[in-house]
Amino acid sequence: MKPQSVNSKLIESIGSVLEALQLDRDRGLWEQRLRQVNSQDVETAMASRPGTYSLTKLLALVSPAAESYLEQMATLSQRLTMQRFGRTIRLYAPVYLSSHCVNRCRYCGFNRDNRFARVRLTVDQAASEAGILASEGFRDILLVSSEDRAFITVAYLAELATRLKGKFSFISVEIYQMLAREYEQLFDAGIDGVTLYQETYDRDAYARYHLGGPKADYEMRLRGPDDMALAGMREIGLGALLGLADWRVETLALAEHASYLMRRYWQSHVSFSFPRMRPACGVPSDEFPHLLTDKNLVQMMLALRLCFADAGLVLSTREPAELRDHLMGLGVTRLSAGSRTSPGGYTDPQANTGQFEVNDHRSPAEVTAVIKTQGFDPVWKDWDDALWARNTD
Amino acid sequence: MEKLIIAGRAFDSRLLVGTGKFASPKVMARALSASGCEIVTVALRRVDIDNPTDDTLREIDRDRFLLLPNTSGARSAEEAVRLSRLARAATGINWVKLEVTPDPYYLLPCPIETLKAAEVLVKEGFVVLPYINADPILAKRLQDVGTATVMPLGSPIGSNQGLKTRAALEIIVEQSNVPVVVDAGLGLPSHAAEAMEIGADAVLVNTAIAAASDPVEMALAFKLAVEAGRRAYEAGPRDPLRKAEASSPLTGFLRDE
Repeated sequence: MKPQSVNSKLIESIGSVLEALQLDRDRGLWEQRLRQVNSQDVETAMASRPGTYSLTKLLALVSPAAESYLEQMATLSQRLTMQRFGRTIRLYAPVYLSSHCVNRCRYCGFNRDNRFARVRLTVDQAASEAGILASEGFRDILLVSSEDRAFITVAYLAELATRLKGKFSFISVEIYQMLAREYEQLFDAGIDGVTLYQETYDRDAYARYHLGGPKADYEMRLRGPDDMALAGMREIGLGALLGLADWRVETLALAEHASYLMRRYWQSHVSFSFPRMRPACGVPSDEFPHLLTDKNLVQMMLALRLCFADAGLVLSTREPAELRDHLMGLGVTRLSAGSRTSPGGYTDPQANTGQFEVNDHRSPAEVTAVIKTQGFDPVWKDWDDALWARNTD
Repeated sequence: MEKLIIAGRAFDSRLLVGTGKFASPKVMARALSASGCEIVTVALRRVDIDNPTDDTLREIDRDRFLLLPNTSGARSAEEAVRLSRLARAATGINWVKLEVTPDPYYLLPCPIETLKAAEVLVKEGFVVLPYINADPILAKRLQDVGTATVMPLGSPIGSNQGLKTRAALEIIVEQSNVPVVVDAGLGLPSHAAEAMEIGADAVLVNTAIAAASDPVEMALAFKLAVEAGRRAYEAGPRDPLRKAEASSPLTGFLRDE
């Protein structure tokens, strides 16, 4: 059953929502509002029904004033996450398929302008990488690729998904943006989720960091999640690359995007990721004036949880082990483990031209041991092949 | 206490327990044991139903518990039916807790797809226990197609809010010819007792046990509450609102003529 977008004419596009709120450019107004939030506003926000969203509430929770309330926010977030997700942490792992890219994104190791030995995996090679993950226990796999349309085609992904179906119960992709009909083909091949970061919701920053390639089109990028939902995708992963613009305002725009999608495509589940800028090959660290501290990152996660009770909160191995361990149970619901961020990285651990630097180098077994020590059940399987019922009757 | 009869099978316990959200399969097993339950539901999406060494399944003693697979995650009748068929083919279990929840946030059941799936599954010989909103007409429609129970929610799943749908539940209990199992939203033993007092045949609890600080103790508390509520129901409670009696007869002035 494909989800319907009922009354779609009544709801504007996300582009017009962001524009009307002035969240897409000239954000001075929001920076001012954030500074004006006082402790009473924060307390009011925390006293509202847990897990429900309003822009005013989130504004209070991501404000500088809320920094003095992190402990209380953490308590509420922990309680809410426990109630909705129980004592569980879902595990997944990425497989990088290609590092060839036509885009020129200044923050990315795979930037077309960078010179390094690029790699493309054949379907066979990708399947054997996945085989290693399966042997470690993974059942939830994320296929990742740069914008390499010439090689990582819809047919390639469909073939790979078909090969992986027996071993993995949930397959999702984090690849270049596709058209709705292409997403539909992926869905029909057994791919249930797509993650596509807007990177930044600030048009000016977007233009500064995306110097060339198809991805440089902000408007087109913004429409991606609509197309995924229309194709029937169950999981839609959103995120802003943290460090490109003021994180507090980015969180507001991100939340508006999520809220828009949830109301419009009510059958797709939205999750948030928190990719934080980390040094990668060819990325000068002085180019990013908006880097987040650990405290900022935690505040952002807690604020989103208190506004979206059932959203998935995903934390990758970009983050160091100690921080990830502390965040389990405060709102995070999905963790990757043992990740290699270069194509072929599982078969050849020496491959070191990753998209970003991994900071949690522990094996999946070590991560699951910590999850258990903290009183959580590591969940490998939370989906089933049999739910893959595409146009069969 | 009277026995609970579902599809001709008798059970001493009127508490059904779900297996999600526990800190570990071991904790789950201890909680199941403490709850005294005889029916345990497990999400097909979470387990390898055909693999006896699955972490969760191996902790559920099949001699002691009836394993009730559920179709959690299904968005349509087609998906729920497919999942049920595969589960039966793999295990031989023909009982299924039918859940069709197209809304991924509140996990509210779709009445239309649930009815469609129930019709197909009953025809195929399944014992169907459908999770529904507290809708008395839907409960009748499901009973008409031959489901073994109806399982209306007390409040949204995992919400711990108790019997927010009490008025509709009372109608379902009053009208139903099949056992009524209140399925979701019971956050405290007192909620479970309340459901039993108004005449529900059984309750199903998961989050309130799994997410408690001490799931084993909470499981026992629910066991006792369900028993207390059922015993109270069987003892014939007086309805404080509708069966009130004045302490002096109001019609004592009337004389036989």
